Amino acid sequence: MALIETKKLSKFYCVGDNVVRALENISVTINAGEFVAIMGPSGSGKSTFMNLIGCLDQQTDGDYLLDSTSIGELSLDELAEIRNHKIGFVFQGFNLLPRTSAVENVELPLLYNHVTAKERRQRALGALTKLGLEGREDHHSNQLSGGQQQRVAIARALVNNAPLILADEPTGNLDTKTSVEIMELLVQLNQEAKTTIILVTHEQDIANFSRRIIRFLDGHIVSDHPVVKK
Amino acid sequence: MINVNSTFKIALRALWVNKMRSFLTMLGIIIGVGAVITMLAVGTGASEKISEQIASVGSNLIIVIPGSITQGGIRMGSGSISSLTRDDSEAIEKECSAVSAVAPIVNTAAQVVYGNQNWATGIYGTTSGILEVKDWSLVAGRTFIDQDIRSSTKVCILGQTIVDNLFGGIDPIGQIIRIKKVPFTVIGILETKGQSIIGQDQDDVIYIPVTTAQKKIVGRSVPGMVRTIMVKARSAEDMSLAEKQVTELLRQRHRTGLNKEDDFTVRNLTQMMQVAEESAKVMTILLGAIASISLLIGGIGIMNIMLVSVTERTREIGIRMAIGAKTWDIRIQFIIEALTLSMIGGIFGITLGVTGSSILSAAAGWTTIVSPLSIILAFGFSGLVGIFFGFYPAYKASLLSPIDALRYE
Ligand SMILES: Nc1ncnc2c1ncn2[C@@H]1O[C@H](COP(=O)(O)OP(=O)(O)OP(=O)(O)O)[C@@H](O)[C@H]1O
Ligand SMILES: [Mg+2]
Repeated sequence: MALIETKKLSKFYCVGDNVVRALENISVTINAGEFVAIMGPSGSGKSTFMNLIGCLDQQTDGDYLLDSTSIGELSLDELAEIRNHKIGFVFQGFNLLPRTSAVENVELPLLYNHVTAKERRQRALGALTKLGLEGREDHHSNQLSGGQQQRVAIARALVNNAPLILADEPTGNLDTKTSVEIMELLVQLNQEAKTTIILVTHEQDIANFSRRIIRFLDGHIVSDHPVVKK
Repeated sequence: MINVNSTFKIALRALWVNKMRSFLTMLGIIIGVGAVITMLAVGTGASEKISEQIASVGSNLIIVIPGSITQGGIRMGSGSISSLTRDDSEAIEKECSAVSAVAPIVNTAAQVVYGNQNWATGIYGTTSGILEVKDWSLVAGRTFIDQDIRSSTKVCILGQTIVDNLFGGIDPIGQIIRIKKVPFTVIGILETKGQSIIGQDQDDVIYIPVTTAQKKIVGRSVPGMVRTIMVKARSAEDMSLAEKQVTELLRQRHRTGLNKEDDFTVRNLTQMMQVAEESAKVMTILLGAIASISLLIGGIGIMNIMLVSVTERTREIGIRMAIGAKTWDIRIQFIIEALTLSMIGGIFGITLGVTGSSILSAAAGWTTIVSPLSIILAFGFSGLVGIFFGFYPAYKASLLSPIDALRYE
C-alpha cells in the first residue's frame, strides 16, 4: 500500500532575480514498510524533498499524498498534527533541545499529543531502553556523545509509534563504527515494527543498509532501484 | 491545547537558565507593583485621615463671621467690624428651623496658671451649644448650664492637652485655674480629638461661658459682641436651607437695605472639607496612575526580553514545531513564560509595596493604608501586563515556519 505518493512535485526558490529549481516534477511512490536511501550530490534537492515529505515545507507545484491525504490543502495546525502522529524526524545535527534531559526530549512528541505525564514518562523510558540508553535518562544533550544523542533522537522519533521515520544524513556527524550501530538500529526498527524509513546519505555503505536507493541530480530523480544484497 | 503544568515547568526552566536576565526583567515589575501599592497606600491613608478630621471638626457646619467695612474707600478685611452679637446667636437658634445647634464664640489667647504650672492657650467664650456643634463630648464633669451663662460664673471646660500640661495626674474637676489672674473652677473635661485638618491641636482649648469671657477676659468695647457664630444644620440636606435662613435672619436683624452688602459672611465649612477630601481622592488616583507607568515600563522590559528570547530560541521553536507543536502550543509557551515573569515579579512587588508603605509611615509619619483591593489590583494588572506584553513575542514565535526555524543559525 502506498504510504507516500508524489505527483509532479516541485519546489522553486526565488533568490533575488534567480529561480532555483530545487525539485522539479518528482513523481515517486513509497509503500508502507519500505526502507529507502536517497543519494545524490550536494545541492541536488535531497533535503528539499525530505522537508516536503515531512510536511515541514510546502511545495510550489504538484501533489503530495501521505496516507492518501493530500497535504497541500491542510492548515498549519493540521500539518503539525500529521508531523506529530505520523512522522518521526532524525536530523544530521540531532536537534535535541538544549538544557533538557534525554527523557524529556523523548517525551516531547507525547506532550503535544496530550498523553498524561505518567504515561509519557513510561513510554519515553521504554523507548530509551530499547535504544540501549538506560541510565542516561537524566543526562542533558551536552553530556552525551554524538552517537548517544542520535539514539535519543531516534527514540524521540519512534516514541509516538509514527509509521514513517525521515532521517536526513543521520550518520553525517558520526564515526563509521557508530554509524553502523545507528544503521543496525534503523534496520531492526524497519524489520520488527514495519516502520517505513527514508534516509538521506552520501555514503554507499550506509545506503546499502536500505532496500531501495533513489538518486537525485539537479532536482530530478536519475535512478531508482532496489539494493542487491550479497 | 498543551498541558499547562508541563508548560509552566518549561517556562520556569527557561527563566532559570538566564537567572540574572530574568531577575532584572522581574525587577521592573517588582518596582512597578511596589510603587503602585505604596502610592495607593499613601493616597488612601491621606484621604482616610482627612475623612477622620472632617468627622472631628463636626458635620454639617456653617460658620458666620463679621463682614468687612469700608473706611474712606479702603476695604478692611473680614471681621473688621463687630457686627455679630450674642442676640444674633440666640435668634438663629430660636428662629431658623433648619438649624439644630448654635454656639457664639469670643476668643483670645492667654496664659493659664495652675499651682506652679502655666500654659499658653486659646480661651473660647461660648455656650453649651459648642459641644453639639462640634460633635464633641465630655469625658468627665458637666457642661455649661443656663445659670452659668446668665450669671457669668467663672467656670471652665478643659481640652485634653490642657489637662496633660497643667495637671500631672491630679483630677482637674473642681480645681481652680487662673486665666489672666481670674480664678476659674474646672467643671468638665473634653474627650481627645487630635489634630485638625491643618495640623492644629484641637485639644489645646479652654471653654468658658460666653458672658464671662465678654466681661472678664476679652473686654470688648461693644457689649454682647461675639467673634464668630458656629451653626450646625439639622442634616446634610438642610445645609443650604440653613445657610439661607441664617443669612435672611441676620440681614433682617441688622436692617441691611435691599441693595446693600451683608455686614457678615456665612461659610459652609463642611463643603470646604469635602473639597479637601475630594482632592485627596484625586491625588490617590494620580499617584496610582503615575506608579502604573513604572509598571507599564516593566511590561515593556518583559516584551523586550521575550523578543530576545524568541530570537535566541528560534531553533528550539523549530524543533518543537517539527515534532508537532501547534500555533497555540508555541504561543501559550511564551505567554506563560512572560506571565511567570510578571506574576513572580508581582508577588515580590507586593512584598516590596507592603514593606515600603510601613517604612514610609514609620519614617515619615504618614498614615498609609494598604487595602486588599490595591493588592488585587496591582497583582491583576501585572498579570495583564505579562499577557499583553508577552503576546506579541509569542505571536511572532508562532508565525515562524518550521523549516526556517530549524535552519536558523
Ligand atoms: N531556503 C532556500 N532558499 C533558496 N534556495 C534554497 C533554499 N533551500 C535550498 N535551496 C537550494 O535548493 C537546492 C537544493 O538544496 P538541498 O538542501 O535540497 O540540497 P541537498 O541535496 O540536501 O544538499 P546537501 O547534500 O548538501 O545537503 C540547492 O541549490 C539550494 O541552494
Ligand atoms: Mg541536505
